[in-house]
Amino acid sequence: MTHLQGIAASSGIAIAKVYPLEAPDLSYSKEKIEQPEAEVKRLHEALDISKSELEKIKEHTKKSLGDEHAEIFSAHLLVLSDPELIQPIEDKIKSENVNAEAALDETADMFINMFKSMDNEYMRERAADIQDVTKRVMAHLLNVTFPDPALINEEVVIVADDLTPSDTAQLNKQYVKGFTTDIGGRTSHSAIMARSLEIPAVVGTKNITSQAEKDSMIIVDGINGDVIVNPTDEQVAEYKEKQDQFEQQKKEWAKLKDEPTVTSEGDHVELVANIGTPDDVEGIINNGGEGVGLYRTEFLYMGKSQLPTEEEQYDAYSSVLKQMGDQPVVVRTLDIGGDKELDYLELPDEMNPFLGYRAIRLCLERDDIFRVQLRALLRASVHGNLKIMFPMIATLEEFRQAKAILDEEREKLVSEGQEVSDKIEVGMMVEIPATAVIARQFAKEVDFFSIGTNDLIQYTMAADRMNERVSYLYQPYNPAILNLINNVIEAAHAEGKWAGMCGEMAGDEIAIPILLGLGLDEFSMSATSILPARTQIRTLSKKEMTSYKDEILSMGTAEEVVAFVKEKTQS
Amino acid sequence: MKEQTFTITSSDGVHARPATVLVQNAGKYQSDINLHYKEKAVNLKSIMGIMSLGIPAGAEVKITTEGDDEQEAIDHLTTTMKNEGLGE
Repeated sequence: MTHLQGIAASSGIAIAKVYPLEAPDLSYSKEKIEQPEAEVKRLHEALDISKSELEKIKEHTKKSLGDEHAEIFSAHLLVLSDPELIQPIEDKIKSENVNAEAALDETADMFINMFKSMDNEYMRERAADIQDVTKRVMAHLLNVTFPDPALINEEVVIVADDLTPSDTAQLNKQYVKGFTTDIGGRTSHSAIMARSLEIPAVVGTKNITSQAEKDSMIIVDGINGDVIVNPTDEQVAEYKEKQDQFEQQKKEWAKLKDEPTVTSEGDHVELVANIGTPDDVEGIINNGGEGVGLYRTEFLYMGKSQLPTEEEQYDAYSSVLKQMGDQPVVVRTLDIGGDKELDYLELPDEMNPFLGYRAIRLCLERDDIFRVQLRALLRASVHGNLKIMFPMIATLEEFRQAKAILDEEREKLVSEGQEVSDKIEVGMMVEIPATAVIARQFAKEVDFFSIGTNDLIQYTMAADRMNERVSYLYQPYNPAILNLINNVIEAAHAEGKWAGMCGEMAGDEIAIPILLGLGLDEFSMSATSILPARTQIRTLSKKEMTSYKDEILSMGTAEEVVAFVKEKTQS
Repeated sequence: MKEQTFTITSSDGVHARPATVLVQNAGKYQSDINLHYKEKAVNLKSIMGIMSLGIPAGAEVKITTEGDDEQEAIDHLTTTMKNEGLGE
């Protein structure tokens, strides 16, 4: 039995035989050739076979995953017909009298390195595309079998160093029960494809390929990120049960997709999702979310060489608002600086980035950047139910300044004849303890609060959440945190405003009963947590949870809080 | 030789999907077809050539066609630019 820990990339449990998807041996020797014409012909034969294979993969992908996922293969096909790639290979064969393998490899390498060195993430990913297609051609030149997952006809778990887009697209769900790889992360291409195919996957195990032999049994736990090779009978039985539970639970969750989020006594709370791009809205809809609680706009600014234009932002915001219809969309204005860098802003390095020049602090000074975003938001507001919040507010003056800039831009747009919604709520994130302490004063001026727990916890406990040595201080259930949260909720309600939460804590099963008791109005979490949270909330009584409020808030330690909640909810 | 100048209106500049369509359509003609941006010119029949330019929104680009079917080519590509929402 061998146990490996990786990154849970796509949830579910797979138990089957190992099918190693080995990278074929594409080593070759560079040789002098006598007949360049024959060599060029050999090159074109390999190109033609590769193209017809890619055509098939593209068709297959269109059927199984849809047009959007198939598009990448149109681009791959064009690469294989690209005169700027093929001509230099031919020239090299003819002028240097080398074999097609060497000419292909050396020419492709030149392009791959060129794309890799570009300061644009998109272009760097294109280097992987060129690599993917030239490998296929190389395999045909060498008469080596290129792995073809489409040929699999029994139940297996695929084990590979990494899966290329063409590998993943060919996976047949009927036989491929899951996969696990050495490299990759939650957002790598293979992980994203696994989630859309709903195949359990664990990536980034570092060395599964050297641990798993063909046909041995393997368990892939895409919920926790565990991979077990040659499991014991007890483990197989345990995971089979877990698999059944997961399937059962998925069915239960799915039933609640279109149901309201209500407690056992019928009190309603709002379950909304955190998103980073307009593409994420699909996940909210599939999981029955009731809106967007946090739209992180910084992704629009990242991976680029310049600031996004007003139009570009308008398109993104409008897209999200239109897709969500009447449901609320809370957009957080730019939260950049500190650890989230933008090369093109050329911000100086800081000793304490989390306590430094970032988010609203940066936006108020660089209002040229801030105003563009606000204009885009205001113009998009006519397409849905927009709410705007400012991140990292520390003082009332900051909130007033940001709000004044927003009002100025609104007036400008209106005088230009632009339509702007007059129902936009303007709120703030509560991440800095100073604002939680005097939430009552803020509540008079904001329309809502959204508590950002990740930062609130690290600032309150004075513990860097990236530093493993102090990670024990990251305590969501610490009574200090709970008292701050309570303060914010009470302050909001005293002024007839609402309070939400958009951190990991909002989807946590220990925290949910506590937050319900404190009177939190809106819970914003990752889309996949929505149905489990809705299921849990339906079993809870708000009246009962509220009755524990004073007792919980007066406890001394996080352990006491956890033990108490478990005792009260898991009986 | 025929030429046509465009301003890129697509907010993402010349990105993968429209670039694919442009290259596919350019490939249908015998003429030499080039895309000019700043000081550089690349073969419009080459997907890698176009992507390597990294053309942003708002850029001025020029397409030139030269050969027997240069008129048909420039007309078709002008329509493609508009249909793909790339530029005008």
